[in-house]
Amino acid sequence: MTAWLQALGRTGLSVFDRTGRAGIFLLRVLAGLPSLVFKPRLAITQLYSVGVRSLVIIVVSSLNVGMVLGLQVYNTLVDFGATASLGPAVALTLVRELGPVVAALLFAGRAGSALTAEIGLMKVTEQLSGMEMMAVDPLKRIVGPRFIAGVIAMPLLAAIFSAVGILGAYFVGVGLLGVDEGAFWSQMQSSVDLYEDILNGVIKSIVFGFVVTWIAVFQGYDCVPTAEGVSLATTNTVVFSSLWVLILDFILTALMYGGT
Amino acid sequence: MEAHEVESRKVEIAVGLFIAVGIAALFMLAMKVSNLSSLTGDEGYVLTARFDNIGGLKVRSPVSMAGVRIGRVTSVGFDQKTYEAVVKVTINPMYNQIPKDTSASILTSGLLGEQYVGLQPGAEDKYLHNGDVIKYTQSAMILERLVGQFLFNKAQEGGSK
Repeated sequence: MTAWLQALGRTGLSVFDRTGRAGIFLLRVLAGLPSLVFKPRLAITQLYSVGVRSLVIIVVSSLNVGMVLGLQVYNTLVDFGATASLGPAVALTLVRELGPVVAALLFAGRAGSALTAEIGLMKVTEQLSGMEMMAVDPLKRIVGPRFIAGVIAMPLLAAIFSAVGILGAYFVGVGLLGVDEGAFWSQMQSSVDLYEDILNGVIKSIVFGFVVTWIAVFQGYDCVPTAEGVSLATTNTVVFSSLWVLILDFILTALMYGGT
Repeated sequence: MEAHEVESRKVEIAVGLFIAVGIAALFMLAMKVSNLSSLTGDEGYVLTARFDNIGGLKVRSPVSMAGVRIGRVTSVGFDQKTYEAVVKVTINPMYNQIPKDTSASILTSGLLGEQYVGLQPGAEDKYLHNGDVIKYTQSAMILERLVGQFLFNKAQEGGSK
């Protein structure tokens, strides 16, 4: 009984401990961000590896998600003769939910794991402590640029995801299944609101980008400096950030759309 | 040094392209997907109409005449004295020749579609101006009430036989 209680207590303490360290870590990274203004190249290089290299997976999967959505929603709507609502249905699904969420999940798998592995490996090979020896703050030099790159890249990737997904649904719906083109776009425009839908989607993707990148860089920075530790940290990044994206998505959706 | 320069140029171009594509996607969402292009008519003149029942009419529902959208519902209120719904609509200033005796009715687009305010032009020479009240109104058709009425009539028919 006491052993069980002790195990519970130890788990609880370690969770609090880790959360606290993650919070302090975040504050220190944020405090170091202004110095990046003088070295924008560091962030641009990271934006390349985090953002540009995620483009292929984002574009390919969003095209397919959009086409599948178009096909499935069409099959449901055609029974009611309401195929003109294909545009709004697909656009709202993508802009409000699937765009930010799926882009964030793919981002966690593609870019988040890479960030963790990279920073973790730097820790294992003692590059981080080497930098500290040379009075270079690794939080400013290594973590900061990666963090800001992730936060910038994520909303852009989510927007690309939504736009390409809508185009995919357009190809399937209008091109293959013969939905009226004018109805597709005009119904979409009359039911998608700039602030309520698109702006909220962008806010969601910024929050997701923040959280995923935070988890990724923290897991890498905080990992046990062994080969096993890096692999565990990489797994943790994908698992934790996916879970947090889904949990936060529910909370944000409830806050944004739950009121009315 | 030369190769490094070329490499970083490539990276910068790729990042620039990425940001441009991302912003273009946002722009497309804003212009092509959302109602931004039809949002511009937010200013205009305000008319008030009182209805017994507005059904599912909401703020931002369209106001149309002959099927063309000419304005939007800007507020929906309730008058405690007359127990009527007070609907304020904003009409695009382009359409400033709506006769005084125009009637407003709440219609449904399609069988189950969203509800909107439809205006039927009257015949008077004077036009409605900012702050005017539309006198002739017709309430929303409530589907449940219609079905109830239909069933009631059928039952009466059956009883009289």
